[in-house]
Amino acid sequence: MNLFTVDGISLQFGGLKAVDNVSFSVSKGEIFTIIGPNGAGKTSIFNLISRLYDPTSGKLFFEGRDITEVPPHQVARLGIARTFQNIELFENATMLANLLVGRHCHATTQMWQEMLFLPSVRRAEKDHRRKVEEVIEFLDLQAYRDKLIAGLPYGVRKVIEVARALCSEPKLILLDEPSSGLNVEETDDMSFWIRDIRSELGITVLMVEHDMTLVNRVSDRVLALNYGKVLASGTPSEVQAHPDVIAAYLGA
Amino acid sequence: MLDFIQQLVSGIALGCVYGLIALGFVLIYKATEVVNFAQGDLMMLGGFFVFTFIGLMGLDYWLGFLFAVCGMAVFGMATERILVRPILGYPQFSIVMATIGLGYFLRSIAGMIWGTDDLRIETPFSAGVLKVGDLVLAHDKLSVIVATVILCVVLYAFFNYTRMGTAMRATSENMLAAYYMGIPVKRVVSLIWAISAAVAACAGVLLAPITFIHSNVGLVLGLKAFPAAVLGGFGSIPGALVGGLIIGVIESLAGFYLPQGWKDIAPYIVLLVMLVVRPHGLFGPSMRKKV
Amino acid sequence: MRFVFKTDYDQDIRILKHSGYWWSYGVLLAVLVAAPFLLGSYLQSQLVFVFIYAIVGVALMILTGFTGQASLGHAAFLAIGAYTAGFLQSHGVPFIVYFPTAAVLTGVVGALVGFPALRLTGIYLVIATIAFAFIVEEVLARWESVTHGNEGMRVRTLDLVGVPVPRDSASFYFLCLLVLVGTVLLALNLLRSPTGRAFVAIRDSETAGKSMGIDLAAYKVKSFAISAAITGMAGVLFAHKMTFISPEMFTLLLSIEFIMVIIIGGAFGVHGAILGAIFMVMIDPFLTALKDDVPVLAASVASSFGMAQDAATLLQDKLSKIGSAAGLKGAIYGLIIMMFILFEPYGLYGRWLKVKLFFQLFPLYKRATFKRQKTYVKSERNR
Ligand SMILES: Nc1ncnc2c1ncn2[C@@H]1O[C@H](COP(=O)(O)OP(=O)(O)OP(=O)(O)O)[C@@H](O)[C@H]1O
Ligand SMILES: [Mg+2]
Repeated sequence: MNLFTVDGISLQFGGLKAVDNVSFSVSKGEIFTIIGPNGAGKTSIFNLISRLYDPTSGKLFFEGRDITEVPPHQVARLGIARTFQNIELFENATMLANLLVGRHCHATTQMWQEMLFLPSVRRAEKDHRRKVEEVIEFLDLQAYRDKLIAGLPYGVRKVIEVARALCSEPKLILLDEPSSGLNVEETDDMSFWIRDIRSELGITVLMVEHDMTLVNRVSDRVLALNYGKVLASGTPSEVQAHPDVIAAYLGA
Repeated sequence: MLDFIQQLVSGIALGCVYGLIALGFVLIYKATEVVNFAQGDLMMLGGFFVFTFIGLMGLDYWLGFLFAVCGMAVFGMATERILVRPILGYPQFSIVMATIGLGYFLRSIAGMIWGTDDLRIETPFSAGVLKVGDLVLAHDKLSVIVATVILCVVLYAFFNYTRMGTAMRATSENMLAAYYMGIPVKRVVSLIWAISAAVAACAGVLLAPITFIHSNVGLVLGLKAFPAAVLGGFGSIPGALVGGLIIGVIESLAGFYLPQGWKDIAPYIVLLVMLVVRPHGLFGPSMRKKV
Repeated sequence: MRFVFKTDYDQDIRILKHSGYWWSYGVLLAVLVAAPFLLGSYLQSQLVFVFIYAIVGVALMILTGFTGQASLGHAAFLAIGAYTAGFLQSHGVPFIVYFPTAAVLTGVVGALVGFPALRLTGIYLVIATIAFAFIVEEVLARWESVTHGNEGMRVRTLDLVGVPVPRDSASFYFLCLLVLVGTVLLALNLLRSPTGRAFVAIRDSETAGKSMGIDLAAYKVKSFAISAAITGMAGVLFAHKMTFISPEMFTLLLSIEFIMVIIIGGAFGVHGAILGAIFMVMIDPFLTALKDDVPVLAASVASSFGMAQDAATLLQDKLSKIGSAAGLKGAIYGLIIMMFILFEPYGLYGRWLKVKLFFQLFPLYKRATFKRQKTYVKSERNR
């Protein structure tokens, strides 16, 4: 069953076609990877999905619903969470606060209730905290709860970003280069977590990745992109063997 | 009709002064992303310098003009070195506040040194008028317009045809990349401050015969030059001048045709409308952070 | 050093994190309650101003410190609160009605200012708030039927359900204290709930906030509205304290003073707002005192070091002339702003935290702990 479908989507920046008539669909419970050389338009696809950019043409469907016109802040509520290629954490807040922001789409309390901190707010806060603690446990982040992000190493931040996305209890998680900037060991951990996210939490994963070892290890299906156009799609080995893909990477 | 043209010309003259101050804002902003709230006060200081050289020391007008401009250029460099360089790279609002502090400081110090009375100097443009048919145009106003045009041409040539100008443009595109390419970024930035203070000084000297020299003149005009810079899009040099002209003309016409009180707020109303309609001004690039 | 062992999620939610705070804030409150009975009327009156500035400081802390939206227009919000109070009171509306009305009205105006702010960042926003403040100032000066224009407006003694509360009375002091404590509590509650975290998210990364489900528009408007409403309440108290209000009291310079409150105190917590308010209110009498004492002191020191009597007198004259020069206060304000931004970017409260940490960690303290990060990429331009 298709959880998420991209139908002929295009994005143009002035004269540059960053994404050019791309279609694919992601089934429920799948790990789907987009690969491609630098500037291929991978991040742009993510930005289209999280509605930061408006597509020039084409449509997006999530759980059968057309989400092309949904405002960006509603995307999380639908069940799509994401991470960013260059880490967009809230630098001057603690990790705990960052993860609690991940719960924002589940916030039920009104501002006036919060000002008075009514018992309902306290209860909701504790519920959020319990959920956040589960994620902390899941990703082994116990040591950083009260630490400011600004003081944490890159590898940890990368994990915290995944954690923040998980806190919103998404159905689909978009990971933009989860292993970039990580060392071998951290990349290993990341690949285990990605598989656990799918198998233990039952979340569908759509990711962009350059590290082919990681891609081969976790992905069910791969889509290769160059100059905004789809080159090939299929299983990791099929795509890697595809002549166009080889040409794109070797620059021939 | 004659009234209208008369008002238009004084609006343009005023607009040129705003434009010159705005130009100073923009130069600095483009290069360093610092918004210098004290730009108007640099202009005021330029006026006092020229008063000192001409009014007190009795120098020739042009010599005094030259000295004032050079003096302000040095002052601009010193400001950059002492106040701005240490906080470059911090949140913009901190820097804005620091320059507001500088403005406060300069105003008071100028008031303490030169007193709080209105000062005047004699200039070659003080008295004369140019008559075109029934139209009477004062020399002092025309001198502002002519000088602005000359200054713009010189700056344009400097930025486009000299090595230093190119280095400055590179720095304002991307300071870090410019630094890696071997451009002496620090020297470039301090030169930009020098130029911008010198431009402010020119504005101050040109304005001296039109309004009085007073320690608050910088605050008043600086706060009008802001809308000008924003109107033109903060990063655009021609924008600053066009913005200045628009504000000057609006102010002048509003003062003549609208009831009392409108003159002072008309520029701000135009500014707010502009910000709502086109948040990045007339010529400003609309950039978004890439993620 | 105190280690807090956490056994309950409530411990992270609580405002006062451990028993030590109960003690220190309890004592502080007791001292403040006792103050009017111990202090002279002058100091009590200064404290009232501290409270009013602190309320505005808290408002700015929410907007600038937490939401990251700069404003140089808060004097205008104060003015709207003050004039609403003055106008409604003169039409026989009781305090318990016009106090909340002023807050709501200012809040609504704040929300309106917030709307253009949605699309504006950084410097554009600063300038938009300045423009707004100028327009308000001009409206106050021209709308004579309501504001009496430049002549200004008298504000009668506050009447709290039939009991008069004169501006210099202890009861007025307690009223201001109550409003301050109330705002602080409301602010702290807000900041520990989803709304407060959304504010912080907007400050640190709008893009990430958006993708986490934060409606930027709604929260920016909310932040402006709350900040304005709080400032409006301060405006009511201000009007009653001054007993006379006129447009030239609410200029850009007052907005700058308010910003100074959070720069000097530190924008990232209530402590900062309050320390900053104390500093800003007390600097004036302090400078006045210095003006009288320093020349005399300098002269006596000079003569004790063997300076001739007439030279010492000359020095004293010179110094007192400088001291009484018209602009001195402005110069000192300017210096203070620059010095704090250059050397004490986290404000007084930041300094206190550093000192505290230094003693807690004594031999191990690292200066780099509080080092600020610089960014040389054009971050704010393409947000
Ligand atoms: N906001 C924007 N404005 C203009 N051009 C853009 C913008 N965002 C992306 N582009 C351009 O679109 C193209 C695709 O960019 P994108 O970030 O999607 O690449 P990518 O596949 O994620 O590359 P990388 O592997 O380097 O992350 C690039 O040429 C980029 O310069
Ligand atoms: Mg990318």
